[in-house]
Amino acid sequence: MTPILVAENVTRRFAPRLTLGDRIAAALGAKADRRAVQAVTDVSLAVRRGETLGLVGESGCGKSTLGRMLAGILPPTEGRVLLDGGAPMQGGHKTTTRIQTVFQDPFASLNPRMRIGETIAEGPVTHGLIPRRQAARFAGEWLSKVGLDPAYAARFPHQFSGGQRQRVAIARALAMRPEVLVCDEPVASLDVSIQAQILNLFLDLRRELGLTSLFISHDLAVVRHVSDRVAIMYLGRIVEMGEAAKVYAMPRHPYTQGLLDSVPKLALGGNASVTFRPIRGELPSPLSPPSGCAFHPRCPQATELCRRERPALVPRSDGTLVACHHA
Amino acid sequence: MTDRLLEVRDLQTHFHTRAGVLKAVNGVSFTLERGEILGLVGESGSGKSVTGFSLIGLVDPPGRIAAGSSIRFDGQELVGLPQAQMRALRGKRIAMIFQDPAATLNPVLTIGQQMTMAVQAHGGGGEAAARALAARSLTRVGIPDAVARLDAYPHEFSGGMRQRVAIAIALLHEPELIIADEPTTALDVSIQAQILAEMKALAKDSGTALIWISHDLATVSSLADRVMVMYAGRIVERGAVADVLRAPIHPYTRGLLDSLPALATPGEKLAQIPGSTPSLLALPPGCPFAPRCPRASEACRTDPPLVGDAQHGALCHHPLEVVA
Repeated sequence: MTPILVAENVTRRFAPRLTLGDRIAAALGAKADRRAVQAVTDVSLAVRRGETLGLVGESGCGKSTLGRMLAGILPPTEGRVLLDGGAPMQGGHKTTTRIQTVFQDPFASLNPRMRIGETIAEGPVTHGLIPRRQAARFAGEWLSKVGLDPAYAARFPHQFSGGQRQRVAIARALAMRPEVLVCDEPVASLDVSIQAQILNLFLDLRRELGLTSLFISHDLAVVRHVSDRVAIMYLGRIVEMGEAAKVYAMPRHPYTQGLLDSVPKLALGGNASVTFRPIRGELPSPLSPPSGCAFHPRCPQATELCRRERPALVPRSDGTLVACHHA
Repeated sequence: MTDRLLEVRDLQTHFHTRAGVLKAVNGVSFTLERGEILGLVGESGSGKSVTGFSLIGLVDPPGRIAAGSSIRFDGQELVGLPQAQMRALRGKRIAMIFQDPAATLNPVLTIGQQMTMAVQAHGGGGEAAARALAARSLTRVGIPDAVARLDAYPHEFSGGMRQRVAIAIALLHEPELIIADEPTTALDVSIQAQILAEMKALAKDSGTALIWISHDLATVSSLADRVMVMYAGRIVERGAVADVLRAPIHPYTRGLLDSLPALATPGEKLAQIPGSTPSLLALPPGCPFAPRCPRASEACRTDPPLVGDAQHGALCHHPLEVVA
């Protein structure tokens, strides 16, 4: 499979915005806190045509920032993102309509003052994919593709439930006929029964349209269900990446192992059968990441080497990439 | 065996809105033994949180516990109890932990100030004794360097640590009952696992009964002895965790389990429940799940009977498997 979307050594820093007061104080000799948060550090990956790459991690690990850089919404501070060999972004502006995004919160991502039919057809009309006079029929077709009644086109977002809104957001993204769909926590705010409906819709559409997608989620079970390959992130870096089946069956990085152990499983044998093996400690601040391997303060296998030297992400015999001195 | 702590009979909590009477909790009955962990599972709007709030007397107008409801806590009737007596009970013998620890804690007071206030509200003696108790409680929930942390403000703690503080406050008076409403939902999985491990140990050590309210069947099942599944204000199925998960009787419980990606083959379609939860203002007659149920028939337009037995039962006309 050929790669379609490639990130080459991308890094993203967010510098604190100094207020006027801070700048005056700094000019007068006060120490201003200029430490930048490095949300993503030196990440390289390739999304192959037709696959779904899952991106997993806990809050603050940089998965959404990486997703936004790959979608061409946010420029990387260093490194570059290439779509089919060309840049999806130039001079800080998105230059392509070939990547679309579905966001987590369907309450915030739909314009409350636009009828959903207009929301769906706006992009394709603006970019000349369809003539304006066909907009209504086009929106209706997409509504039925995502399992909504075409007659709903005249309704406003507030008339829909969360699950229905997420269907509209998916229709809006896919109506642009993108080559790559970036989904950032698309089911995180939905109830279990609705989550299953949206995941099924995603699986159907993926098969029907031959979609390539990047699927970002904190939910390991959801990612396993939809992904061909997965990348696990910790504190801005990828610590393990490989075929989903292999990574889940035999996680190599201690963080991946701890994360998989932490997920509550259905206790079919009753609660007495459950023992928890949580990862100790908490996520360190990205303002002052630990030396060496960022996971070493929480890692049961950490040694002096881990404190000193950061392990590189290198391929193992079965093709899985792991960044660990001891795995 | 009859060490009964709580007996809830026909609990009805109604919200009187302009659009009509909304029956958020519609006839809930259950009992809880001392030291037992009971899981309450349901999707948004099922009435699980309102059930929790009703037990601790925190239902605000326009919500009202309807006449005929009964909540007996250690033999004492809580419905209609004067506010002063309820206040004496709340925080001392019954405590609650909420979903959002950032909203539970007062941002302008130190953790120590808030905790000593909570101790002294129930006559906990002098300042020094209260602080010592607070520090002990923080240590119990795994907060390192507890004495020094008493002088920290809530914003100096991470989300997981804040939830530990909230749990420590709930534990201050060694309550007989703790109601926990989605206490780990806002936390990352690795932190959630830490909190679950600690709650399980604490409940076992202290003999505190726990009602764990959550939308997540997996967390509930790993913690609770018994589980109750709520739908549209009613408990549709109840039983020991292993029984309910392995052989659910109610089609809704079956549907919920089948919706979980964790139990499915990756890439295969999930068995989804069609439609969405009904509006509590326009419930269908009879079984509220009937419009989404694959087994529904004409009979479901009437109130469903209780099937199964006291150990494992459900409200259903067409149960999946009756445990005789």
